[in-house]
Amino acid sequence: MDQIVRYFFDFSLMAAYWPDILRGFLITVQMSILTVLIGIPLGLALAILRLYGIRPLNWLIIFYIDFFRSIPQLVLIVLAYFALPYFGLVLEPFTATVLALAIVLSAFAEEIFWAGINAVHKGQWEAGRSTGLSFSKTLAYIILPQVARISIPPLTNRAIGISKGTTLGSVVAVPELLNVTSSIQSNVANPTALTVGALLFLLLFLPFVRFTRWLERAYAHPRS
Amino acid sequence: MDDLVTTFLNIDVLKQVWPLLLQGFWMTLALAAVAVPLSVLAGIAVAMAQDVPNRLLRFLLIAYVDVMRAIPPLVLLIFIFFGLPFLGLKLNEFTAAVLALTLNGSSYFAEIFRAGIESVPKGQREAARSTGLSWYKSMIHVVVPQGTRNVLPDLISNTVELVKQTSIASAVALQELLRSAQLAQGLLYNPTPLIAVAIVYFLMFWPFVRLVSRLQNRTAMSAA
Repeated sequence: MDQIVRYFFDFSLMAAYWPDILRGFLITVQMSILTVLIGIPLGLALAILRLYGIRPLNWLIIFYIDFFRSIPQLVLIVLAYFALPYFGLVLEPFTATVLALAIVLSAFAEEIFWAGINAVHKGQWEAGRSTGLSFSKTLAYIILPQVARISIPPLTNRAIGISKGTTLGSVVAVPELLNVTSSIQSNVANPTALTVGALLFLLLFLPFVRFTRWLERAYAHPRS
Repeated sequence: MDDLVTTFLNIDVLKQVWPLLLQGFWMTLALAAVAVPLSVLAGIAVAMAQDVPNRLLRFLLIAYVDVMRAIPPLVLLIFIFFGLPFLGLKLNEFTAAVLALTLNGSSYFAEIFRAGIESVPKGQREAARSTGLSWYKSMIHVVVPQGTRNVLPDLISNTVELVKQTSIASAVALQELLRSAQLAQGLLYNPTPLIAVAIVYFLMFWPFVRLVSRLQNRTAMSAA
């Protein structure tokens, strides 16, 4: 027990490192927010584009979402960082990670939005159009609000899952929370830093995990 | 164009590093072959145990699931691989990776199986119990099989996610597919191995991703 406290909860050792840890934490938060802010609107845009039913375009969209759902995020990050430079495109580690994660999230989000759009009853479209609303107005005022209701729980789950992937940025040396805490760990030869890192990740993501549980309960019995 | 091919899909390079990549491929399969069944079994156990009317037990299980869903798997892996040796528990790369993947994967499987179990009408369980089956037998023979069928698409897609996640083992230098590609790229200063490995991952998972999309669209259509 003593050993556990000495090695995993010796917070006095962290005294000099709090500013570094805080900086790492903020970078993790930034990356997560950017990933979600780029990924989800992009996914929605793709789903709406797919709705127009232009065959060749839809094949492209389907290939895009399949491709980015089939390749591990870490592989994409490594590709973006190590392979794109041969192409003349050099990305900062931060940018490469956020870009890769946002694209993956957009693929999953498209699929979720598309399923949501398909789940809205056809009569809703017909009713909207027959009251004189245009296609895009029907979409914006009648369909999408219903899609949002269906899509928010799976979307939140997916956004958490992919935001956790910001830790993969440590592999290409983004100074995010995991990277910072594991280098402190090797500096002071004490894994308390890893405990601190894990606790901060919990602080960041646990509220959202709890939120998805709440959503599930709240949405389980929709008023019909 | 020629330049592009010699840089990105250089067959000579590929020939040289092929044995290395193949080794990595087998290692990825080995990781998956151990981590997936363990995660599924642990997930079923956690989901079933939540059915037991014991407040404390339920609280502990839900805490386990939520914490594991909130902690990035790479953080878990680094903690296990670099932190636990301080307590005298030194796991090799493979075991550490399997443990991290299983802790993470089982929490997601537990949520899916719980949803499956909850989707089975109560009458099924009551009927099973009233024929004299024990709680355990009624779960294993009646409730879980039906629940599993109801959540099959989620089970497949979570399995894909878990196998994709094996790529994080490269961070502790386990020579799986991604790590092999990085080694090969480092040896030859050519991104072909990385591209090749991305293609291998894509071919490996694409059929399953497609299958899940079809299954989900079918349920969405029949629900509408």
